[in-house]
Amino acid sequence: MSDPSGIHPRRVWSSLWLSVGALYFLLPLAATFLFSLHGRKGGLSFVAYAHVFADPQFSRTFLFSLEMAAATIAAGLVLMVPTALWVHLRLPRVRPLIEIFTLLPFVIPPIVLVFGLIRVYSRPPLILVSSPVLLVAGYVVLSFPYIYRTVDTGLRAVDLRVLTEAAQSLGARWLTTLFRVVLPSIKVALLSAAFLTFSVVVGELTLAVMLAWPAFGPYMALVGRDLAYEPAALAIISFLLTWGSLLLIQSFSRGLKGTTAGGVH
Amino acid sequence: MASVELIEITKRFGHQTAVDSVSLRVEEGEFVSLLGGSGCGKTTTLRMIAGFESPTSGRLLIRGADVLGVPANRRGVGMVFQNYGLFPHMSAAQNIGFGLRVARRPAAEIAERVAEMLALIHLDELRDRFPHQMSGGQQQRVALARALAVRPSVLLLDEPLSALDAAIRVRLRTEIRSIQRKLGITAIYVTHDQEEALSISDRVVVMRAGRIEQAGAPAEIYNRPANGFVASFVGASNVLRVTVVDPACGKVSIDGQEISTAKPILKSVGEELHLTIRPESISLRNGTSSNNHLRGTLESVVFLGSVVRLVIRSGAMELIVDSFNDPQAGLPPLGSEVTVGFAPQACLLLP
Repeated sequence: MSDPSGIHPRRVWSSLWLSVGALYFLLPLAATFLFSLHGRKGGLSFVAYAHVFADPQFSRTFLFSLEMAAATIAAGLVLMVPTALWVHLRLPRVRPLIEIFTLLPFVIPPIVLVFGLIRVYSRPPLILVSSPVLLVAGYVVLSFPYIYRTVDTGLRAVDLRVLTEAAQSLGARWLTTLFRVVLPSIKVALLSAAFLTFSVVVGELTLAVMLAWPAFGPYMALVGRDLAYEPAALAIISFLLTWGSLLLIQSFSRGLKGTTAGGVH
Repeated sequence: MASVELIEITKRFGHQTAVDSVSLRVEEGEFVSLLGGSGCGKTTTLRMIAGFESPTSGRLLIRGADVLGVPANRRGVGMVFQNYGLFPHMSAAQNIGFGLRVARRPAAEIAERVAEMLALIHLDELRDRFPHQMSGGQQQRVALARALAVRPSVLLLDEPLSALDAAIRVRLRTEIRSIQRKLGITAIYVTHDQEEALSISDRVVVMRAGRIEQAGAPAEIYNRPANGFVASFVGASNVLRVTVVDPACGKVSIDGQEISTAKPILKSVGEELHLTIRPESISLRNGTSSNNHLRGTLESVVFLGSVVRLVIRSGAMELIVDSFNDPQAGLPPLGSEVTVGFAPQACLLLP
């Protein structure tokens, strides 16, 4: 990156802006990390981290959120992959409409969504407020933009129509085409969708609090209210978990060249 | 029995008629090209044969059996696409074997057929490459092998060469033709490139606005175009407006200059009609007395390598003249008066 001669003005400017940008993101992170190490008086230590891991609530809530994330990913993919396929192949005209729909979870705050869910599902014919199904259903709505858009981009990159027609002209039926041609060729997009959903669900607060579930998001909020150094440690841990997922996506896409979400041509 | 037979096939999309009552019979082992500009219905016709579109009306037979209502995956039709359509997560060999795996053929048979197909397209060494590791020409050869591996009754090719470079295009079309001959498979080939269609087909079907304008052997299409559209679409052509002077002797006049067409004309004196002459049938400074002559001003000269194309104008008449490039003989200067000559037999009167 750095130019040893250091003369090129454009280079100097671009590295300057890059450093400013990096500092903007890294400084708070470094400060949080440093702060989290002050758990013991008179020196730096990982004692706050030890406290976090020792708390049974940590693993319990994290595992619960993990399960919810898995259920959301499964339900979201089952619902949205066929939808995206159908839109691509048969209803390209409704694509702009669906794209507007995908923005709705950003426009409508989760608090509105959860009150709506509670109102509708706390009375017959369907009483679901005490079932995790409702939480997962809410999460599917929240992750809709991430799943749909990622799958959509993946499908766009592979020329879906030609692939499905090629498979059919070779004798493949619809299910064979789906499982042996379409899904494998958008594998990385599916993985990205899964990881994005994972990070949305694991950190989610509003739905879990309002539907009263012992999830990781409310746990983080609780710890943040009651303790000093542990929340900082927790923030670093969840940050590492998120970056871990992103690195996983990266390594998968490198392993599957030619089938990446962005498409290689 | 015809390999593929279309009987008055019509396809409408909303109010638009893409294919208009097309009837076509393709014999077993024949190589037929559907030629036309964009929107002429050639690709829609091909896609109906493949089963990707269903006709609004008409009948479609493959080897004598009515296939309307039969889905694409049970028509036994191989398809090669413009953008190759190789499965990106499969190697060349896996792509070629896909159809056989879907049909649950024994592993030994699949391996044997894949090897045979790779040899056919001369790409044995690329069997483990993925599509993104191959050039466009290599990908299209793999796509061809993949379509042929399941031994389809008909091979359909939808502008398979239009995404490739000119040099590869010419080499690959020769290869497609020789493979088709070797296997004796029926092929229907869609293209907008008249040179491509003329060079590889047994028969060329020229289409416009959803209809067949003319179907015939390449030489017939080129030498005896059925109408002005075919004459100007297939190869460069001079289509001239002429007035009948002497119907019995086949004499017409153009821009006040009289020429003979060697054949009696079924029109009366003073009527107008169209006449076509191929640019290569006209020659500069050919003054033998049996020939027709036209005078005009040399307006432009285009150097095309082996051929030099001259444009000569006289009033409303514009005449394209192609002559072989002869480095020894110089050309008259631009703007000078020139005389060109052509045989009466080179003139073709259009209905």
